[in-house]
Amino acid sequence: MEAQEVVLRLSRITKRFGALTANDAISLTLHRGEVIALLGENGAGKTTLMNILFGQYTADDGTVEAFGAPLPPGNPRAALAAGLGMVHQHFTLADNLTVLENIQLGTAPLWRLGLGRVTARAKLARLAADFGLGVDPDALVGSLTVGERQRVEILKALYRDARILILDEPTAVLTPQESDALFETLRRAVETGLSVIFISHKLHEVMALSSRVLVLRHGRLVGEVATAETDKHALAALMVGAEVSAPAVAPAVAGPALLTLRDASTRNQGAAPGLKSVSLELRAGQITGLAGVSGNGQSALSDLISGLTQLQSGSLDVAGAQVKWTPRAAVASGIARIPEDRHKTGTIADFSLTENAILETYNQAPYSRHGIMDWQAAEAHTRNLITTYDVRCPGPSGPIRQLSGGNMQKLILGRVLELSPKIILANQPVRGLDIGAITYVHSRLLAARDAGAAVLLISEDLDEIMGLSDVIHVISEGRLSPEFARGEQSAAELGLWMAGQGFADAA
Amino acid sequence: MRLEPIANPGLARSLGFPALALAATVLVASLLAALAGANPLLTLGLVIKGAAGSKFALLETLNRATPLIFTGLAIAVAFRAKLWNIGAEAQLYGGAIVTVVLGTSALSGMGGFALPVVALAAMVAGALILLGPVMLKTRFGVDEVVTTLLFNFIMLLLVSYLLEGPMKDPMGMGWPKSAPLDKALRLPRIATGLRLHWGFGLALIAAGVVWFVQTRTTLGYEMRAVGLNSQAARFAGIPVNLVLVKTALLSGGLAALAGFSEVAGLKGHLSLDLSPGFGYTGIIVAMLALLHPLGVVVTAIFVAGIFVGADSMSRAAGVPTYIADMLLATALLLMVLAIGLTKFRVVRG
Repeated sequence: MEAQEVVLRLSRITKRFGALTANDAISLTLHRGEVIALLGENGAGKTTLMNILFGQYTADDGTVEAFGAPLPPGNPRAALAAGLGMVHQHFTLADNLTVLENIQLGTAPLWRLGLGRVTARAKLARLAADFGLGVDPDALVGSLTVGERQRVEILKALYRDARILILDEPTAVLTPQESDALFETLRRAVETGLSVIFISHKLHEVMALSSRVLVLRHGRLVGEVATAETDKHALAALMVGAEVSAPAVAPAVAGPALLTLRDASTRNQGAAPGLKSVSLELRAGQITGLAGVSGNGQSALSDLISGLTQLQSGSLDVAGAQVKWTPRAAVASGIARIPEDRHKTGTIADFSLTENAILETYNQAPYSRHGIMDWQAAEAHTRNLITTYDVRCPGPSGPIRQLSGGNMQKLILGRVLELSPKIILANQPVRGLDIGAITYVHSRLLAARDAGAAVLLISEDLDEIMGLSDVIHVISEGRLSPEFARGEQSAAELGLWMAGQGFADAA
Repeated sequence: MRLEPIANPGLARSLGFPALALAATVLVASLLAALAGANPLLTLGLVIKGAAGSKFALLETLNRATPLIFTGLAIAVAFRAKLWNIGAEAQLYGGAIVTVVLGTSALSGMGGFALPVVALAAMVAGALILLGPVMLKTRFGVDEVVTTLLFNFIMLLLVSYLLEGPMKDPMGMGWPKSAPLDKALRLPRIATGLRLHWGFGLALIAAGVVWFVQTRTTLGYEMRAVGLNSQAARFAGIPVNLVLVKTALLSGGLAALAGFSEVAGLKGHLSLDLSPGFGYTGIIVAMLALLHPLGVVVTAIFVAGIFVGADSMSRAAGVPTYIADMLLATALLLMVLAIGLTKFRVVRG
């Protein structure tokens, strides 16, 4: 490997955002035909580093060199021209265009008649054959599965003659089987001389694919090891800064069912599937985990329990539920709702912490009496939440958008848990949080469980589901698997369910 | 070029850019005056003198500001909840029609005691005019920008019909205007001998009430939540559609008060030139005030001053009064740009 040509060299890249140093003098070299993994917790600085590489940000210090020539800072076009290709975690494809049109988008010269379809089609066919990326060039991107869309993204980069491919958490949206296919493609790409930077926080993928691992923590490069000379435990220790042990979760004693769904079906929301005859029991003192690949009906279930949508058929039984099922009725029935997107649905960014803390209770005493707000009562309540839930903030009257994701989530936790809920709906409660905040959120959920609440934990992270849940369901295309007890199914077996196998009406 | 949001704009940035916008507006106005063949400094001096140079000028400015405060508040309330009410003009005329109908009817026998009843009835009329477009929006997703805007023309044509038909003044010598309001139903002057009427007082009270509603009441909290993030508001259990309907009723009612106060306080009858676009100018007033109800009072007086001052200047210097429209348009565009620049930084690349 040492003999190989260096294709990319980052030297002492430093980037600061105010007081935060997102990247602290990071140096990295990438050789021809090599896969390196960039490993780190959320917020470790992986994405910032790649944004600098691509000219989205300008580094405060340090240089980037591609194929021996310096790359001008802050210039995405130069990065593309130098042969860098990036596959983002969130795809940048146009749903209403075909695969071929998406791939050509942005490459056709402005001042030329004709689209050069024939040449483009031939080139695409050759790339698809070379790398084993079979996709119908005339299919509408909107009709493709997530795995297929990712192939289109990779083809798009290859079509632009990328020689360095950067993948940002490529497996976050894939089933284990789709991930394996992706790895196969990447191995082939590397054999033809491409170089790959693979960003991930999943240890087993890093072990399976890369030849070298670079570990980032709090913006610093804390380790660089050959994959062959390390193991998962050592990497995990590097990543979080200490030996990690899986939290020992004591088994729970399940109580009566507090929320019951029977043959519940809801309408599809655009491309997102609705629920298809789902039966589910959430029992007191138990965490029910819902595993599944993103976009398979998790939102439908979460929207239903949150009160945002109504049943099309079937029944929903909650003690104390009112006639009309609305968000307010859900809260009144003792359901604590931790929404998937804390920025868009969980909080109002320009509202203060106080205003956000009373979002669900603003119309009740003591915050509102005869239509007049009592802001002193609201602020006292918020101060209490800030102390109890350890929300790090300048104060209750500043806008909540200044808070980090973890502190925002702590305020949401406080908002819903202070109402002593009987049922807790936690939809992706730790997505995008640092390890400290994750531990905190998990401990709060476990404490609520031990106090007798029924918890529904929805997550795309199978490790999180398997670590915390007393029972597990898998959701796929709106269908719910049978209930599995803790440890009943291995990760690989759950992966098959996630891929849609095992369901009674499987196509 | 890209725009990068600034987390915490400093004081220099928050005040510097608006100040720069104001200076640039003056510069543009000077250029326009020079273009019209007048001395720019002299022209500006005449505008200021015409707007605030004497007690008479000042009172004239406050009189002109009165309907603008009402329409400005109507817009500010609606826009705060992201309800794009472009139809304040229609609601204004709705209020004016009801004021004239009641004010020339049996109610006039009750004397001044009937004034609050007339004002309330006018508000109801304005509220109902906005209710239709809002129901279309909440039920079927019809864009309220289009429907409220079109209502302006419907109402203007309705007024035109009424003034040529059922409401035509029999003593009007054929002019398209309504019969005059009963003397007892005219809003009194604030002080005898001054041309300023109590509509201005009512406007100040309305601004105070709107400010109280927005900052201190449960409804105000709901309206701001819906405006800032309706998705989060809905998730939290705020009845978004109901809040929009309540906002519409308040906004339409406020705009209608402009019509009430112009008829009962100033003109005394309904005519087609009752409003020289107060409903549209209210948008400028509200935007310049950053939708703050108390700020609306300040910007309404500022905007009214420019109109009154330009009128008086044009008589003295021979520069067309259209300069006032151009000045306001420039001020609005530059102010919107300046506000953008206090929140975003322009980055090359």
